[in-house]
Amino acid sequence: MKTRTAGRHFRDSLRSISRNGWMTFASVSAVTVTLLLVGVFVMIMMNLNKVADDLEKDVEIKVIVELTADEAAIAALQEEIKNTTGVAEVQYSPKEDELNKLVLDFGEDLRLFEQQNPLHNVFYAKAVNPQETEKVAKKIDSLDNTFEVKYGEGKIEKLFSFLNTSRNVGLVLILALLFTAMFLISNTIRITIVARRRDIEIMKLVGATNWFIRIPFILEGMWLGILGAIIPITLVTTLYYNIHKVLSPKLAQGNLFELLDFSPFIYQVNALILLMGVLIGVWGSFMSVRKFLRV
Amino acid sequence: MIEMKNVYKKYPNGIVAANGIDVEIKQGEFVYVVGPSGAGKSTFIKMMYREERPTSGDIFINGTNLSTLKNSKVPYLRRQIGVVFQDFKLLPRLNVYENVAFALEVIEETPTIIRKKVMEVLELVGLKHKARMFPTELSGGEQQRVSIARSIVNTPQLVIADEPTGNLDPDTSWDIMNIFEEINARGTTIIMATHNREIVNTIRHRVIAVEGGLITRDEDKGEYGYEN
Repeated sequence: MKTRTAGRHFRDSLRSISRNGWMTFASVSAVTVTLLLVGVFVMIMMNLNKVADDLEKDVEIKVIVELTADEAAIAALQEEIKNTTGVAEVQYSPKEDELNKLVLDFGEDLRLFEQQNPLHNVFYAKAVNPQETEKVAKKIDSLDNTFEVKYGEGKIEKLFSFLNTSRNVGLVLILALLFTAMFLISNTIRITIVARRRDIEIMKLVGATNWFIRIPFILEGMWLGILGAIIPITLVTTLYYNIHKVLSPKLAQGNLFELLDFSPFIYQVNALILLMGVLIGVWGSFMSVRKFLRV
Repeated sequence: MIEMKNVYKKYPNGIVAANGIDVEIKQGEFVYVVGPSGAGKSTFIKMMYREERPTSGDIFINGTNLSTLKNSKVPYLRRQIGVVFQDFKLLPRLNVYENVAFALEVIEETPTIIRKKVMEVLELVGLKHKARMFPTELSGGEQQRVSIARSIVNTPQLVIADEPTGNLDPDTSWDIMNIFEEINARGTTIIMATHNREIVNTIRHRVIAVEGGLITRDEDKGEYGYEN
């Protein structure tokens, strides 16, 4: 295609946008509504996902060391745990530290035990993939000099299955929303194209190739997508900015989980909204014009 | 230039519009296609620019076999053929100049050549002074002249006209015929389906009569031959 023709298509598509005033408005509104829904939804899902990841990362394996193990045996055990497949990191916490933790939690009275500490030395290990904690814990349990291995059995299985279900539900909802959006938009664009099927017929009769006819429509779909993305991007950005400003300090006190940082998260969401708008517009136009090209 | 061999066309609804048509039309001829409504005239003409495909048989235009022509090649066939319709088929949102220029933009001509050629054909059809007007601001005859200008701007060897005077009053029809005569005088083949008895009987050319999907009469300098 020659540059001159490209320029012609470009002008043509912009002219259609302005000449088909109400149809443009209808299509852009449809894109706006759906992208807004998708944008807000993605925002919520990504944050829930972050919370889920944080929760998962908190899962650790507590390896209680045999009382009889001497320093050399402990060092050997640390090596062995570190070399176990699926272990991301391991930390040693001698029994003195363990007692200090108890003192912090239950009070100074427990200092009595400092003379004769009844606690075990402990390793804290984390699995590379938190979902495989159980498997990794069992492997560690089979090593020498381990007295007991705890990883919150029963509880974490429930947590993981809950997190997995909510992730899948979110994904399905987003896909369903996108599908609806595409359907809605391709229908709206189809109406604008039906109104111009005569134009297409004439173009074909004077010898225009299919791509020559298609490109202005596809560009038009792209503009519709971009125009439709403006309001959702503005709203989602403002919304997240304010939510982040209000909620983050409160969540920080709770120390349990936190929101995704404003940047780069919001830029990623915006890019996604824009990209989806363009894809939906282009795809919608492409599908709609296809029907009328068989003249 | 045009050759049809045993062309048969049956529409999905069962109507047979061409039932074994054999015909040859040479470069530079002027041919009237006559016949009652629904006799297969339009189908006969539409098959020449591949708006309809024959069910069987072969159609050659300048040596290209339309029966085996790929869909993707159809635009290139249409660029060699100018088509004029009863209802003009102008783009309503483009002015006269843009409507004619459109046929050249499609084939990616340079702006200089487009301007030159468009002004030339508008001169030929006598509408140079109305180049900036829109189709709705023109009379039927003027719109038809625009559509003729569009069909020939590309200097095709063949112009096909499907009842070009069907919507026009007698005086205007004669104007349109004069334009076709002039185009034909330059060596362009013209095939015109028509119901206009007076025109056929006055400006004598070859007449092909189509009835029941068959060519029932084919004579040089023939008559219209129907009472209407």
